Amino acid sequence: MPVAAEGRMELRDARLLPVRDKVRAGERLTREDGLLLFETPDLHGLGSLAGHVKSRLYGDRVCFVMNRYVNPTNVCVLSCAFCDFARKKGEAGAFENSIEDVLAMITPGTREAHIVGGHHPDWPFDYYERLIAAIHAARPETQIKAFTAAEVDFWWRRWRIEPREALERLKTAGLHSMPGGGAEIFSPRLQKLLNFTGKADADRWCQIHGIAHGLGIKTNATMLYGHVETMEERVDHLLRLRDQQDRSGGFLTFIPLAYQVGDTKLVPRQTPPTDDLRTIAASRLLLDNFPHIEAYWVMLGEATASLALHFGASDVNGTVENEKIAHMAKAESPAGLAREQILRMIRDAGKTAVERDALYHVVHVWS
Amino acid sequence: MLGAIRDKVEAGKRLDRAEGRWLLTEAPLLDLGSLAQDARFRRIPERRVTFVVDSNPNYTNVCVTDCQFCAFYRKPGDPEAYTLSVDDVLRKVEAASLGGATTVLLQGGHNPDLPLDYYLSLVRETRRRFPSVTPHFFSASEIHTMALTSGLAVPDVIARLKEAGQTTLPGGGAEVLSERVRTRIAPKKGGPGAWLEVHREAHRQGLKSTATMMYGHVEEPEDVLDHWDAIRDLQDEHGGFTAFVPWSFKPGNTLLEKWITHYKGPSAYLRMLGASRLYLDNFPHVQASWFSEGKRTGQVALHWGADDFGGTLFEENVHAAADYVNRTSVAEIVTLIRDAGFTPAQRTTTYEILREL
Repeated sequence: MPVAAEGRMELRDARLLPVRDKVRAGERLTREDGLLLFETPDLHGLGSLAGHVKSRLYGDRVCFVMNRYVNPTNVCVLSCAFCDFARKKGEAGAFENSIEDVLAMITPGTREAHIVGGHHPDWPFDYYERLIAAIHAARPETQIKAFTAAEVDFWWRRWRIEPREALERLKTAGLHSMPGGGAEIFSPRLQKLLNFTGKADADRWCQIHGIAHGLGIKTNATMLYGHVETMEERVDHLLRLRDQQDRSGGFLTFIPLAYQVGDTKLVPRQTPPTDDLRTIAASRLLLDNFPHIEAYWVMLGEATASLALHFGASDVNGTVENEKIAHMAKAESPAGLAREQILRMIRDAGKTAVERDALYHVVHVWS
Repeated sequence: MLGAIRDKVEAGKRLDRAEGRWLLTEAPLLDLGSLAQDARFRRIPERRVTFVVDSNPNYTNVCVTDCQFCAFYRKPGDPEAYTLSVDDVLRKVEAASLGGATTVLLQGGHNPDLPLDYYLSLVRETRRRFPSVTPHFFSASEIHTMALTSGLAVPDVIARLKEAGQTTLPGGGAEVLSERVRTRIAPKKGGPGAWLEVHREAHRQGLKSTATMMYGHVEEPEDVLDHWDAIRDLQDEHGGFTAFVPWSFKPGNTLLEKWITHYKGPSAYLRMLGASRLYLDNFPHVQASWFSEGKRTGQVALHWGADDFGGTLFEENVHAAADYVNRTSVAEIVTLIRDAGFTPAQRTTTYEILREL
């Protein structure tokens, strides 16, 4: 079916009218506006406003990247209450990959490698530096997006390596950009409640991203939602990111991460898709200085991620290839199969798929 | 166009074909959803979403109709062909009844070897032995098969089924009610007239039925409009339809799989649902299908005009044959409806409320 015409921002909730006026005028929304976005029953009106902003920026384009996710280790000194990934050293299921192991996971031609891991108690900073240098040497065509601000902070806690020094050295070794993980939710209350006081807090997380931006390293930002946080905490998190972006300007994308219940079960089940769509839309409207809002399909599910493209999302992350997908693919090339899946998700929503690189340069426009 | 349609919806006026076409092809999806919710709440002001506790067993997969979209059927004599005895089927009804089902939606292939008595016994014995179960048996094309094998006319077959205790018919087998589409994907099933004839006659005799639509294969918007016009006109005659139920075609293991590799996505589904709520102004209910579109899309669909969440489907074989499997429980249905922001209510086959939860 043909591409739908742009929405007219029809509103059912009269309280959204001033928000619409601000959106039209390109004015910044307030904290109170933000709370309203998370509370209004008018999901369609909210989505239309966010879709309008997204369209004004990119028309019907939605981007993705051919990428791989690599975890050097899941060994972690922390015990965050929401994490299913981390293991203690020697615990069943713990893994520690050598540099050669990691290299083997990044197949030739990979556009972007996304590398994050646990806070390993024994690995020196030097390991990470050598890892980046080795990938860069072996796969010069691959852009390396590596290490969260939480990991950078941990190197200071464990080895007293200053973040600036760490990032400078990594950049020299071949680091292109940083992922946005480890932000969790900026709330001292939840840091205590969910047992992540030993992790970079909001100030530290933002400080490290500011340093990266100052060094010319672009980064992303995330928010872990759909557990026990309040709507106020969500809005404050978003406003904190907006404030940091005003100061340092190096954020490329905001990625709301829907909490996965897994075995940690902070809540009985994953937040419903309507909450995902609302969060995407509210993020697009509040984060007026962020280039992109991402619908991360691995966590949202393909259907909700596809629908989120009507609610202000302009990116779906990427193919997120791993060995499992490679096994599933059988005869077809895993990369080709994964791309088809992403293209379908975007085209189903009537949007134009744009393949990008890690830094959002256009690689190919898929008609 | 949006403004004109909104005015009509507010005035309770019927949409014309050009407006329907615009909704299907051009309307912004979120504006469409918002309008569809207006229409839904005009009809049912409460934030209530109904569901039915049901099971969908099949009495035979033997079929001589060879539809290109079907992964379920087997030709007579095929090693995988099966036909259940009346007792076997009743055991399935019993299992459903013990599980709390109030509806058993029983369908099967077009098996020319089954006598009319087989079908009549299924209805009669279900009524006699499981009074809490409504036998929601036999789609239109099966009734045509009964007419063919018994030599009776369609009205007489329906009269006999009614006499045996049948009060409702399922709406399956409509696919898309357009000559062009039916000729292409189900040439041996008869045109749209065959399906409409059975439902018209059933409604005339006081039976209720649903209307379905399976989209996402060879149809164009004009075919969908043909389908809607046909069932809307028929509904004007007797008011016998309880609900409209669209779902996307699943190509797995079908002849059409060669050309259509994947089912239509959630945006197309929401568009179909929302536009149908607006266009089918004389249909009491529109059903969201957690089963065929996925639970999360099903939840979103409750914001695109649907007021019913379908059934629990304790047993299902037709989608499963296309390698599409999805399961739930009453507790999960209740939770999904609540999480989507609505009040769940269990209903009967004919949409009377049994209990609010």
